[in-house]
Amino acid sequence: MSSKDRILGRIRRALDDAVPAAEIPRDYLPVHGARTPAERVDLLAAHLAEYRALVHRTQEEALPALLARLLEARGARSVLVPPGLPPHWLPAGGPTRVPDRAASTPYELDRVDSVVTGCALAVAETGTIVLDGGPGQGRRRITLIPDHHICVVRVPDQVVDSVPQVLPLLDPARPLTWISGPSATSDIELDRVEGVHGPRTLDVVLVGTQ
Amino acid sequence: MTGTYLGMPAFPAFPAAAREAVRDEALRANLRHATHTIRDKRARAVAELADWDRLRAAGKAVKDHTLRHLDRYLLQLEAAVTAAGGTVHWAADADEANRIVTELVRATGEREVVKVKSMATQEIGLNEALEAAGIAAYETDLAELIVQLGHDRPSHILVPAIHRNRAEIRDIFRAEMAGWGRPAPEPLGDDPRELAEAARLHLREKFLRAKVAVSGANFMVAETGTMVVLESEGNGRMCLTLPETLISVVGIEKVVPTFRDLEIFLQTLPRSSTAERMNPYTTMWTGLGPSRGADGDGPTAFHLVLLDNGRTDTLADETGRQALRCIRCSACLNVCPVYERAGGHAYGSVYPGPIGAILSPQLRGTGSAIDASLPYASTLCGACYEVCPVAIDIPEVLVHLRERIAQGGPVTRAGVRVTLRPADGHTAERAAMRAARLLLDHPGALRAGERLLARARRLAPRRLPGAGRAWTDSRELPTVAAQSFRDWWARERSDPR
Ligand code: SF4
Repeated sequence: MSSKDRILGRIRRALDDAVPAAEIPRDYLPVHGARTPAERVDLLAAHLAEYRALVHRTQEEALPALLARLLEARGARSVLVPPGLPPHWLPAGGPTRVPDRAASTPYELDRVDSVVTGCALAVAETGTIVLDGGPGQGRRRITLIPDHHICVVRVPDQVVDSVPQVLPLLDPARPLTWISGPSATSDIELDRVEGVHGPRTLDVVLVGTQ
Repeated sequence: MTGTYLGMPAFPAFPAAAREAVRDEALRANLRHATHTIRDKRARAVAELADWDRLRAAGKAVKDHTLRHLDRYLLQLEAAVTAAGGTVHWAADADEANRIVTELVRATGEREVVKVKSMATQEIGLNEALEAAGIAAYETDLAELIVQLGHDRPSHILVPAIHRNRAEIRDIFRAEMAGWGRPAPEPLGDDPRELAEAARLHLREKFLRAKVAVSGANFMVAETGTMVVLESEGNGRMCLTLPETLISVVGIEKVVPTFRDLEIFLQTLPRSSTAERMNPYTTMWTGLGPSRGADGDGPTAFHLVLLDNGRTDTLADETGRQALRCIRCSACLNVCPVYERAGGHAYGSVYPGPIGAILSPQLRGTGSAIDASLPYASTLCGACYEVCPVAIDIPEVLVHLRERIAQGGPVTRAGVRVTLRPADGHTAERAAMRAARLLLDHPGALRAGERLLARARRLAPRRLPGAGRAWTDSRELPTVAAQSFRDWWARERSDPR
């Protein structure tokens, strides 16, 4: 008998006395509180900041200047650019642009200073940005290896209130990465330290349209 | 087939181990600081959600429903993972799981693997099995690294090195890192920031060259075949993304029916566990995905090893099976007065604290001294039940297991129903007495334990089971506390001790 058959047989024998399971009560809240779009964006910003992400707000036209400032502040000489990132986001004449290529090795990515991406969606109640590998986001590894990640969120249209609201909008077949603040550990006497393995600095840029 | 192995062979019974631990002042201070800090933060994070009780009821119901139809959901999961390019393996016990993983690693020709913290692989002793096969397994979670470099054992589900302070960690890094790869930077202070940086440098060279990774998973979605890992540091993302081959070893109870069900647990797990609204990183992947593997985003081979190792035996116990709802948040450890004093090592398995006290004896059976004594390693104060995000009535299971040990009765071992004989003569009594004495030596724990009597009476009106019975052998029945546990706790906490 295969182990699969053995395990399934054990499960069926273990349950032969079991009564049918009760209905699953789904009376929990789909969202915690009512918010205007502006309040939703404020909440996202507040929660991200609590995780020690650096939150910036700007308008579309001012985005290149802001990104230029953020890259310069880090002394970035090179910046990873995923395919599909609107080219005009990045400042002209800024750090060397490194395209995200399938062939680039982790070692090559490790030598890049910063990465700029968009995102799929953001969740205000938990302060979470979700990446799904869509245009402007690139592969999972590019937001992981460089020490500085700038993530651009279009507000208010990429922001939802809650976890129950975001799941139906995501495709589980895609590689999904949920980011809530920069990498952190509390393993040493519960002192929070940022940037153990993922990027130490997460700049979140909330871009509005006028 | 050998017996179920939970990673820590030949340990003394809980009372003996606990007595050692309570003498260690540094350990108790570390534990007290840590558990109280997390406990208070958690209460605030939970209070933020007005529907917490409803989320908890829903989480419980989803898990119960899944367990009730576990065969169906595992088959659905297997089909979905396979359709998405993954390969599913079934392992009835630890030996089989270790054999499968060892073979898979061997087939890649690699001699080392990186690991993201996984209790299932600790449970089966995978690192040791790989080592015996000449394969080095590197733990990459900071706390797990501390434990591994310190030739130590984890003592907490969430923060496995909770028993170590910063000076000890610095000493471990200085002495051991060089033997495993990049040495600790010189000089190395004991600031957590510096220590984390040392770990970052030490591990990065391993991440960048790793070809094979081993992980666990917090959830597996039957409907879509999606695997879910929650973490904070990014070591999980490194392991799940960079290597060519990914092997996930996951207990069969971790399956949930639908992608939507994650909406419950993604709200309750981080808040219960690290007291955060959300953990820094959550990774979800479905087999190799539509494009993964083709464009270098993620592994090109994915293997899922579904682990039984005593879980189906636990499922066969009508009262005890609720332990399989556990989502390993560790909230029950942080509120437990016995854990706070005894520390995680005293429980003699990778599952410490209240959940360990009911899970280990069910997964392994109660044949050993440690497993026979674990159901007594509690005051039955009920705090663990109150915090549990899937409403596992741990005190109820403890009392049930005590009755089984003392009175005997039907149990399932390795899929076979057998009748356990009542523990001969004094075994159970002795285990109970020692546990009782531990509590009596520590008035804080005893006061909490006074609720034992009220609770045990309610659950077993004929007579006091287990520890309760042993107590009444040698002393007056303590009066039932007039004060509620919560009141006691609030008062006790504000007391500088
Ligand atoms: S038993 Fe409940 S509280 Fe304890 S770790 Fe499991 S889910 Fe968390």
